[in-house]
Amino acid sequence: MAKGKSCVVLPFLIGFVGALIVGWGLFPKLLYSEKAQPIRFSHKVHVEDQGMACDECHTFREDGSFAGIPTTEECAECHAEVMGEDPAEAKFVEEYVNEDREVPWLIYQKQPDNVFFSHIAHQDFDCTTCHPDVGNSDTPPVYYENKISGYSKQTMKMWQCERCHAQNGASNACYVCHK
Amino acid sequence: MEAIEFKVKWGMVINIDKCTGCGACMVACQAENNIAPMVDGSDKRMTLTWMLVYELSNGKPFPEHDIAYLPRPCMQCGKPSCSTVCPVIATTKDEEGGIVSQIYPRCIGCRYCMAACPYHSRYFNWYDPKWPAGMEKTLNISTSVRPRGVVEKCTFCHHRFMYAKEKARYNGEDPMDLPEDAYIPACAEICPTGAIVFGNLNNPEHKVAKLAKSKYAFRLLERLGTDPQVYYYSEREWVRRQGDNYLPHEKTKGE
Ligand code: HEC
Ligand code: HEC
Ligand code: HEC
Ligand code: HEC
Ligand code: HEC
Repeated sequence: MAKGKSCVVLPFLIGFVGALIVGWGLFPKLLYSEKAQPIRFSHKVHVEDQGMACDECHTFREDGSFAGIPTTEECAECHAEVMGEDPAEAKFVEEYVNEDREVPWLIYQKQPDNVFFSHIAHQDFDCTTCHPDVGNSDTPPVYYENKISGYSKQTMKMWQCERCHAQNGASNACYVCHK
Repeated sequence: MEAIEFKVKWGMVINIDKCTGCGACMVACQAENNIAPMVDGSDKRMTLTWMLVYELSNGKPFPEHDIAYLPRPCMQCGKPSCSTVCPVIATTKDEEGGIVSQIYPRCIGCRYCMAACPYHSRYFNWYDPKWPAGMEKTLNISTSVRPRGVVEKCTFCHHRFMYAKEKARYNGEDPMDLPEDAYIPACAEICPTGAIVFGNLNNPEHKVAKLAKSKYAFRLLERLGTDPQVYYYSEREWVRRQGDNYLPHEKTKGE
């Protein structure tokens, strides 16, 4: 009798554990594909070794909009020719500077088309409140792309934006963040 | 329904006597807000025109015959009929400035709001937007593109409001106290005769605040109590009379 009972429970137990492994372990791995930046750009080399400030590259334009990542032309002010031994630099100069092309950088925080974001309204906050700590990295972090939606895994979710707005007394009207 | 009082209230005063009906506002609006070319422009039930110019006539034979043109954006009502009927809170009036929002990803396309709006300012996407090859390069990154199955409407070019606030922050100014013309929608900017004036109705220094108080100013279907933020202006009595449903014995407002 007791033997028969355990036989009934066992398949459920196996199924349950199996579902947990798939749900927690396998599915996230399957859902996100790992991508590397097109150029292994080191923030350490530029910020620590070259003493550049963040806002030399990540500037505001005169109309208050955020310029984001510098254009190849701006990088070429220093990288018109290969200066060092680093293969990443050689690749950057050959494939982008010489070809006059923009680098298709992957944006960890890229938001959907219908979201409006303003950096200047958040200039009192540290970059790492919202971004992975890219500013101190030597190798850019891995970019995880959601295979279904095509969005980055590190993108800030709406509830995270709204929670901070609520805590700081900023407006949570839909049109503040949507367009 | 309780209406929210805003510190800033963006409003428009459209001078019908200056409007020539050229339609530049409609074109500027479509380009600014990424409205795709129409599938069949002759079928007015299927087209999208956030800004639409209507033709008015006094209905009299020559020589008394007179016509006028009335551009119609979204009225950004103080007490909107649309947002109160929305079952999913995809449209609200809760942001400083008083612009009625429309959140496309939340919209389920039930079209209650379209039935509720007395101004026919709301439109439904019957088709996925398609641009002729190459023309997608002219899309404006400031406005998101809407898929088939959602409702959309004029937003007073809301993104321009956000950009104006960014610029004010950059210059160390108060984003809630924008000067006249720091933020104006595409239609008002393009209007060749200056018939569309835009500004903060609550700021007595802005032109709109004065114009809206003129005795020739009126609003469409004012007596419904929707409290629109769009005003019209005409010195012609018959034009003002068409702004509302008057009974034969009633006098036109402003007379
Ligand atoms: C102020 C001048 C300056 C600017 C601007 C600059 N760099 Fe550099 N970069 C350097 C120097 C100096 C090195 C170190 C060269 C060496 O000795 O290896 C370097 C190294 C590199 C390297 C190789 C090391 C690494 O980071 O992996 C890459 C790749 C690179 N830069 C890319 C860029 C890109 C992309 C930009 C524009 C966003 C840029 N740089 C802007 C000065 C500059
Ligand atoms: C030489 C120019 C340069 C300087 C100086 C620089 N950055 Fe960057 N930054 C870049 C480039 C190029 C990228 C894109 C590649 C990447 O993500 O690693 C980037 C990406 C980033 C991102 C990732 C944004 C996202 O969501 O994808 C953050 C965060 C960032 N930088 C922060 C900083 C901070 C903080 C500093 C100052 C400590 C700084 N950067 C200095 C060029 C620069
Ligand atoms: C309040 C959160 C927040 C803070 C603080 C913040 N960012 Fe961002 N950042 C974002 C979001 C959200 C995006 C994506 C915007 C989008 O896709 O429209 C973004 C995008 C970027 C990008 C990519 C822009 C592009 O080209 O698309 C860079 C670079 C960047 N941020 C750098 C920084 C730096 C440097 C700092 C600190 C000075 C900073 N951010 C502070 C939220 C933030
Ligand atoms: C760390 C806290 C924090 C986070 C996270 C945050 N915000 Fe904000 N945000 C604020 C504060 C505080 C203000 C008000 C700034 C002011 O009034 O000067 C603000 C203002 C804004 C504004 C400008 C509002 C206006 O009226 O001009 C926009 C747009 C905005 N946030 C969008 C976003 C979005 C989108 C996200 C998520 C991707 C986000 N914010 C995440 C704190 C935050
Ligand atoms: C503080 C900023 C903020 C506010 C306020 C805000 N949103 Fe969002 N919303 C976002 C961000 C960022 C995303 C994209 C990230 C995500 O999907 O969570 C988003 C995504 C969404 C989505 C999902 C889109 C999708 O494709 O999954 C819907 C629906 C939405 N918002 C509706 C609303 C409505 C309705 C309101 C007003 C009640 C509102 N939002 C207010 C920031 C905001």
